[in-house]
Amino acid sequence: MADFETPELFKNIHVPKVQPGAMASDGPFIAKPDHQEALGFPHELVDNWEQKAVEEMGNTLKKYRGLRVFLDSCVKCGACTDKCHYYLGSSDPKNMPVARQDLLRSVYRKYHTPAGKFLSKLGLEGLIGAKSMTKEVLDDWYNYYHQCSECRRCSVYCPYGIDTAEITMAARDIMAKVGQGQKYNNEIIGKVYKIGNNLGLPEPALADTLEGLEEDIEDETGVKVELPLDRKGCDILLVTPSADFFAEPHVDGLMGYAKVFHEAGVSWTLSSKASEAANFGMFIGSYENMRKISLRIREAAIDLGVKRIIFGECGHAWRVAYSFLNTLAGPFDFLDQNYPIPQHICEFTHDLIQKDKLKFDPSENDWMTLTFHDSCNVARASRMGDKPGGQFTIPRDIIKTVCNNYVDMAPETIGEGTYCCGGGGGLLTDDLMAVRVKGAMPRMTALTNVVKDDGVTHMAAICAICKSQFSKVLPYYDMGMDMIVSVHQLVSNALILTGQETDDEAEQAEPSTE
Amino acid sequence: MPLDVNGKSYETDEEGYLANLNDWNEDVAAALAAADDAELTESHWEVINFLREYYEEYQIAPAVRVLTKAIGKKLGKDKGNSKYLYELFPYGPAKQACKYAGLPKPTGCV
Repeated sequence: MADFETPELFKNIHVPKVQPGAMASDGPFIAKPDHQEALGFPHELVDNWEQKAVEEMGNTLKKYRGLRVFLDSCVKCGACTDKCHYYLGSSDPKNMPVARQDLLRSVYRKYHTPAGKFLSKLGLEGLIGAKSMTKEVLDDWYNYYHQCSECRRCSVYCPYGIDTAEITMAARDIMAKVGQGQKYNNEIIGKVYKIGNNLGLPEPALADTLEGLEEDIEDETGVKVELPLDRKGCDILLVTPSADFFAEPHVDGLMGYAKVFHEAGVSWTLSSKASEAANFGMFIGSYENMRKISLRIREAAIDLGVKRIIFGECGHAWRVAYSFLNTLAGPFDFLDQNYPIPQHICEFTHDLIQKDKLKFDPSENDWMTLTFHDSCNVARASRMGDKPGGQFTIPRDIIKTVCNNYVDMAPETIGEGTYCCGGGGGLLTDDLMAVRVKGAMPRMTALTNVVKDDGVTHMAAICAICKSQFSKVLPYYDMGMDMIVSVHQLVSNALILTGQETDDEAEQAEPSTE
Repeated sequence: MPLDVNGKSYETDEEGYLANLNDWNEDVAAALAAADDAELTESHWEVINFLREYYEEYQIAPAVRVLTKAIGKKLGKDKGNSKYLYELFPYGPAKQACKYAGLPKPTGCV
């Protein structure tokens, strides 16, 4: 799949004619033995993997009753078929959510349903679409379950609420447990265990990077804003994706959080142990790894003696934090119960805006016209604030406070119907570039429309994966990689720090040329 | 797939990154670039050399901002920005420049 075509954009999101096998491939790189070992998985495909896979499926079914319901309840109504960005962008019918689910469902039917077991004895399992666990099936699983970003858009439109992401996660978990994990995800989780974050950024490099950012903020504003690391006794632990330390536009968002904390007058710190918000354990459907990754945050919070935990701009991290952190790593009875546990940085900033505690000059962002990309995991798997839909209104309220020019994309492409960026769920790797570029088609269509019709120049997001994915795929669609910005980058541009030199003052300070 | 340079074979990973950091030398760097149809100019070397120095100290490639700042200090402000780096390394300074410098590919949400 090295060579691929970028989908053509139409005025409306185009539902393509099916092209069977359009995305057939060997799938992403397979995890190496050392990547597997760090996560407690077998080094390579085990000898009796067919049997082991069936057993693991049985274990998973016992653990997650939802999975059995999802596998049993599909009536093949077809409502999901045109809802997946990977189908829309690739035309491959196996990327229709129902068909992708059926790759696992057919094996489930043969080994884990009474009808399947009975009919298999008569050699008639084909009557109910049941299939044996074969190498061919495994290959299809590996390829197509890595063409799902677990974004759950299809679930919104399923009359039974079948959660395709749960099925993808189950399939990936089974594959890893029989020895065929994905390199990108598993290598990264190994780095979290060994070094503390997805990047493998060691503590001295992190400290050096943060020091550089402090210098940059001071150069720009004249105000000394700290980005503390491992400082004990602070009120707030900030847990943010390590991409915020490393990449653009992520780092501009991180500087925004620091400025907000500074202006709020709170004490805060980053942690070198929990120097990563992301939790790829969720992507690979591994409860054990998800829990182990989450526990670092608990340990860091206890070690540093903080009272609150705040998460930076990271989509799936917020899903794990909001929905699962308490059961994975709780109880958090040692934190201050007067604040949300955990809290999102957008909630924190929004709250200060409500209380009129921050001063902005939104004209600093006047050179841009913004739109906002709802990240899938925030939109469909979490909430912010104390009102339903807060995850949609809070980031938009922040942007509209700090920017004068804001336009939403088409309603069916945002909010709970938002389209995935195309790189979520553990697919943000170069070996899946064809999948990523094609999967971005619906979002690129909606974005192109507001660019043409409303003069939008930039798109803001609150997810590290979305930001990296867009900066990579935008050029494929003839848009600039720097069109994607962090929400807290916009906050940072407009925020007036106490004691900050404003442009006017700087001008006045210069000798008049008249 | 192995990379053959001056009659010696070097191990690389699926994406063409050098498997062993210590295998690197300037000829290997040029061969890694040639495999991508790229040619290393003096400007590329300035970046590659900084990456190797930074890696030696910190065991990781520098963040994009650290890199742009360092290049800006060394070579002038007009070069201290990501636009300049992307002109040199169109696949992204972090990934492409690391590859030619013989460093592991940065992983994660980047």
